[in-house]
Amino acid sequence: MNELQIFQCHGGATKLVLRAAILSATMLVFALPSFAGLGEDASSVQADQAHMQGNLRTTQAQAYTVQEIQAPTGIIVREYVSPTTGKVFGVAWQGPWPPDMRQTLGNYFGQYQQALQAQANSHAGRRPLVIQQPGLILQASGHLRSFAGRAYIPEMLPQGVSAEVIR
Amino acid sequence: MKSERVNLTDLNRIMGVAACGALLFAVACGGSSGSTPTPTPTPTGSNVQAITVDAGPAGNYANGAFTSVTVCVPGTSTCQTIDGVLVDTGSLGLRLLSSVLTVPLPQQKASDGNPVVECLPFVSFYIWGPVQTADIEIAGEKASATPIQVISGSDFPVPTACADFGTSGETLSDLGANGILGVGSFPQDCGSACTTTGPSNPNLYYECPTSGCVVVAESLTQQVQNPVVLFSTDNNGVIIELPAASSPEATLSGSLIFGIGTQSNNGLNGATVYSVDNYGNFITTYQKTAYNQSFIDSGSNGLYFLDSSTTGIPVCSDANYFYCPSATQNLSATNEGSTGSPSGTVSFSVANADNLFNNNPSANVFGQLAGPNSLSGFDWGLPFFYGRKVFTAIYGQSTPGGTGPYWAY
Repeated sequence: MNELQIFQCHGGATKLVLRAAILSATMLVFALPSFAGLGEDASSVQADQAHMQGNLRTTQAQAYTVQEIQAPTGIIVREYVSPTTGKVFGVAWQGPWPPDMRQTLGNYFGQYQQALQAQANSHAGRRPLVIQQPGLILQASGHLRSFAGRAYIPEMLPQGVSAEVIR
Repeated sequence: MKSERVNLTDLNRIMGVAACGALLFAVACGGSSGSTPTPTPTPTGSNVQAITVDAGPAGNYANGAFTSVTVCVPGTSTCQTIDGVLVDTGSLGLRLLSSVLTVPLPQQKASDGNPVVECLPFVSFYIWGPVQTADIEIAGEKASATPIQVISGSDFPVPTACADFGTSGETLSDLGANGILGVGSFPQDCGSACTTTGPSNPNLYYECPTSGCVVVAESLTQQVQNPVVLFSTDNNGVIIELPAASSPEATLSGSLIFGIGTQSNNGLNGATVYSVDNYGNFITTYQKTAYNQSFIDSGSNGLYFLDSSTTGIPVCSDANYFYCPSATQNLSATNEGSTGSPSGTVSFSVANADNLFNNNPSANVFGQLAGPNSLSGFDWGLPFFYGRKVFTAIYGQSTPGGTGPYWAY
């Protein structure tokens, strides 16, 4: 619940807060994962669930745990958690709309945005998205009313687990 | 490798200037080409709109089908014809760059009088901008007082929930087009989800008072509409017809035909009908594995399918979104209706994308351009339409081939 409270607190920050208060809030964000998603602790999944107002279902595979959040919008986000590090090493999404990518990718959202902007300058034309960078692999595809994607951190894949399971 | 890509882009940029020469060249060559199949007669009629695959208004598009659309202030003769609009069966509704729009279209307002603005996600960008109303005229068809989206990053501040999709597509260079004509499988871009309030609303429509934009419930008729359903006739779907393109070409001319089985020129004539599920997908089977999130999409610019580890085809070293086999691969897959039947084999070829671009600097039509699509099976983009007549029937509309949605070819 800690994460959730901080998330709400952060969301409720008003124009009245002083610079110092913003600073300390920022420090809190760094100290605890209020923004959840890729690369964060498994406990951050609760913040994602709260953000999506969805139902959470946990399934246990041999070498990882899948936390599946189903939102009332029909969007499904699956977060893949390593039992050894306790961190989310991959996320996958599917549904009529893409999920909140900032929430889903967490600290990797900035890298995602930069990669998108870089791709916009390459060959013109619409196609599935492929981002392959040190520390981040992301693939996305679909059309209006049907989107799917996945992102993972190759270095964080548990031993013996293929990236193919993230979908 | 990087400098090569810059050169390629530069070549593409000057293609607009070179297009005239390229056309003359194509005409000169056409006479001596013995292998060109006899062209089917160009369909004519009030429901036929010419489309062209070329470099598009940004001068650098590969495999984009463009057309022109006339928009009018509703009920008036104040009209403007905008060319370079991408014909897209993978989206729904007309979206036009505000920078090309000169007629004063009325702003749609929410019940409290605030302007309605939309955030529409695509795979690698979102489009933000106001919903306005236009009479849309294409060929001899007219969709009166139709909600469209004006693509404008700056008229209204982008709400956080919209920006959180990633990056904005809002310029000619972002889109490679002056607009997008979405004529896919559904009547509206969102559907019933956007009519709700609370957590089931996907946050696409906003009302924007000066204090900031907030999500608004948007009725089906107020949503941005696939204009085809608002035509008085020929409103149950579209056909895209393009000639075959066995080698790279500068341009390809074809037709966007409105209606299915409503006129003498738009009958199914034995085309196989493949049902489409509620998400707009069907099944493609490749090497005995069925991929049930596959789709046909004139707005995708290649044949995108599976990945290197499944197909054994390497991606290009300088562009990991295209395949670069050492020799052209001739492959086949089986398309099936979303219910599992009928089924039909599709043969297709995958050429080396680097070679396609580098060896054909003035070409914009690449029937063998392909790349990976790791997650949803097959994305049959525009090359699938070359040499075919592809029918897209709209959800809930009745046709001689049954009620939409379906694809037929």
